[in-house]
Amino acid sequence: MPRYLLSRLGSLVLSLVVASVVIFVVVQVIPGDPATFMMGLNATPDTVEALRHSLGLTGPLPLRYLHWVGGMLTGDLGTSYTYRVPVAGLVLQRLQVSLPLTVYAMALSSLLAFPAGMLAAARRGRGADLAVMGATQLGIAVPNFWFAMLLVIVFALRLHWLPAGGFPGWGGGLWPGLRGLTLPAVALALPQAAILTRVMRSALIETLSQDFIRTARAKGLSQGQAVRRHGLRNALIPVLTILGLQFSFLLAGAIIIENVFYLPGLGRLIFQGITQRDLIVVQSVVMLLVAAVIVVNFAVELAYVLVDPRLRR
Amino acid sequence: MTLLSVRDLSVAIHGRPVLNRVSFDLAPGEVFGLVGESGSGKSMTALALMGLLPHGAEVGGQATLAGTGLIGLPERRMCGLRGREIGLIFQEPMTALNPMKTIGDQVAETLLIHGAASRGEALRVARQRLDRVGLAGERFPLERFPHELSGGQRQRVCIAMAIALRPKLLIADEPTTALDVTTQAQILDLLRGLVAEEGMGLMLITHDLAVVAGLATHVAVMQAGRIVEAGPTETVFRTRADAYTRALFAAAHHVPRRTPRIGSAPMLTVDRALRRYPLARRPFAPPRFFDAVKAVSLRLNKGESLGLVGESGSGKSTLARAVLGLDPLQGGAIRLFGEHPVGPRMPDTLRAGLQAVFQDPYGSFNPRWRVARLVAEPFHLLPAPPADAAERVSAALTDVGLRPEDGERFIHEFSGGQRQRIAIARALITRPEVIVLDEAVSALDVRVRAQILDLLCDLQDRHGLSYLFISHDLSVVRAITDRVLVMQAGEIVEEGPTDRVLDAPEHPYTRDLVAATPKIPPGWMEDDDAA
Repeated sequence: MPRYLLSRLGSLVLSLVVASVVIFVVVQVIPGDPATFMMGLNATPDTVEALRHSLGLTGPLPLRYLHWVGGMLTGDLGTSYTYRVPVAGLVLQRLQVSLPLTVYAMALSSLLAFPAGMLAAARRGRGADLAVMGATQLGIAVPNFWFAMLLVIVFALRLHWLPAGGFPGWGGGLWPGLRGLTLPAVALALPQAAILTRVMRSALIETLSQDFIRTARAKGLSQGQAVRRHGLRNALIPVLTILGLQFSFLLAGAIIIENVFYLPGLGRLIFQGITQRDLIVVQSVVMLLVAAVIVVNFAVELAYVLVDPRLRR
Repeated sequence: MTLLSVRDLSVAIHGRPVLNRVSFDLAPGEVFGLVGESGSGKSMTALALMGLLPHGAEVGGQATLAGTGLIGLPERRMCGLRGREIGLIFQEPMTALNPMKTIGDQVAETLLIHGAASRGEALRVARQRLDRVGLAGERFPLERFPHELSGGQRQRVCIAMAIALRPKLLIADEPTTALDVTTQAQILDLLRGLVAEEGMGLMLITHDLAVVAGLATHVAVMQAGRIVEAGPTETVFRTRADAYTRALFAAAHHVPRRTPRIGSAPMLTVDRALRRYPLARRPFAPPRFFDAVKAVSLRLNKGESLGLVGESGSGKSTLARAVLGLDPLQGGAIRLFGEHPVGPRMPDTLRAGLQAVFQDPYGSFNPRWRVARLVAEPFHLLPAPPADAAERVSAALTDVGLRPEDGERFIHEFSGGQRQRIAIARALITRPEVIVLDEAVSALDVRVRAQILDLLCDLQDRHGLSYLFISHDLSVVRAITDRVLVMQAGEIVEEGPTDRVLDAPEHPYTRDLVAATPKIPPGWMEDDDAA
């Protein structure tokens, strides 16, 4: 266990360093002069020079890199050129939407996918399985923004149960915030749940055909007991892997849904940063997202240890 | 007193009959052997008794265990019987245990699931049961995981699990088929002891007649879902009233007719070959190695059959891979035809003279290719495909007893024995002089195995082939080889003419191997010996 943990931790740090170098090179070195790029073609040399100074783009590259990394480690992500505010505050504000939305969507998708996948595996080839598989096919095929609009029409415009868009913030308490995130979370959760159901089903079917399930039955366990006591844990490893991938994807990949519901999330921030050539925002937010992916993967690997007792040795 | 009574047990799966009016009785403390080839319905009988048949199965007839009717019993009551009244052991010890649970938990689960004990008590009984099957506490604590055990040790855990609640009936389905002979002898001993001690009835399912001969009080021979002959073991072995029984017993003892013409030209020479694998390094420690093959030397002459026997892990297959030039040597040399060095970088034309047939008749073919293309594949070893390629494929198929038209079919259309014939045709297509046969008949039923052995001997006669025949099965090696090498832990410990080595072994390891091999008592098969 300590060896496994240490090697995972080592690869976590290494990935972060490599990612930061790649991002730095792509944003600050490859475009030539970021200041010229940001100002566009019509800028005078003086204004470009001024911007270069204000962005801290002077000095040798290694020093600038260390300055950037050092700043990130102390919570200073630089100042946004378009918003004229610290990027850290901007990101923190957006995370208050994106993080709860991701967790909400993941929770919904797991709640749907686990029972559906188990049901389909247990009733393999029969009616319930065919129904679940048909539904997942639909869930994967239907674009989630179209589905989101459908949700708005039904639940917001017709039934008036939930708001059609916008986010009231957490200032008014938990309930209004959750209400605002419910429809987007459902729209995000459905395709993810469809994928997760399929993974869960095939992992379980694979496990159920294993000899040790037959052994368990021979000991006197019912089919259900054999699945719960011996099947689930063994089937959980591929499911965890997919869960980790979905988490990192949702954190920044919700941009279309954020647009449909007018949510101030991370996806929109990075999109605005790119269209407005705000390289400072892009550089920091991308690094943040990469870090999130790497940390989530690390968390998944820790979860493997919880699931598989052999890794604790 | 009867423990288990089965009357007219019939099973059909999706309307296709797989068991046809099977009847037998088993008394406590008795061993009942159920023998037959694969697909004869042996395992189906066990699953029918346990109520574990696949979906779509219809069961007819009766089976009573100590007064309780088993057929048609509701699933809830059946769950109460499984594990408590009937224990079941399967063939594959490597996969029969849950890899994520400790052996202690898995044995204790049998007690816990039947509410027979508290958790602490169940673990105490588990400890006691594991001790009984030969896994003593100091070397095998309850916290061990299955992957930390060998195949034989895992099978002992399975047995401990099956006998944890002292069931009245123990069903063992090919319990030793996946194990080495010395391990097999220990497991059979254990089963024999348990039956005597606990007064259990043991239903032993196996394809191996010698195993039944040594253990069962009475036997039944199954063919195509029905019992063709049954009775006390010695009577059945001596009389063999049914034609199928006679064919089966004859095949098990089949010795192909051979007229070896051994020349003096060396076809394959292995000179102090060393195969060394680096082990995982610890920081600041010198590198460590594992020698799978340690300075092995052998010589295979023209027209000769050389046997290589040993248990799993002895280095047989590692040596085979080196001889085929698939892996590099770390010392010594292997030469083909007396002069050409063998290794990963040997020229293709040389490889064409050295071909191989492996164990698995199912896994060693690309399922999307037609047989003609599969057989013709080694032609890429030649500088140019021969002009008469199609004729040679037809000839090779005819050579192994198939028809040229079979080349148009796909591999899934053939039985296991036919697939092995196709594998032999593929090995023959480049007209090699040396063929390495690595457990080539081990996965086949006895009657098919006898036919393949005949085929191999016939091909050797006609083409003057030299065979390196690798097997764990001493009876097969005795039937087909002129000389034999015995391998243990990477070394050749004994070598000599096959009859001499197997009849009067000199090395202790060879003696153990020969002694552990189950035998049908001499005299039971008298008219065969005369023939």
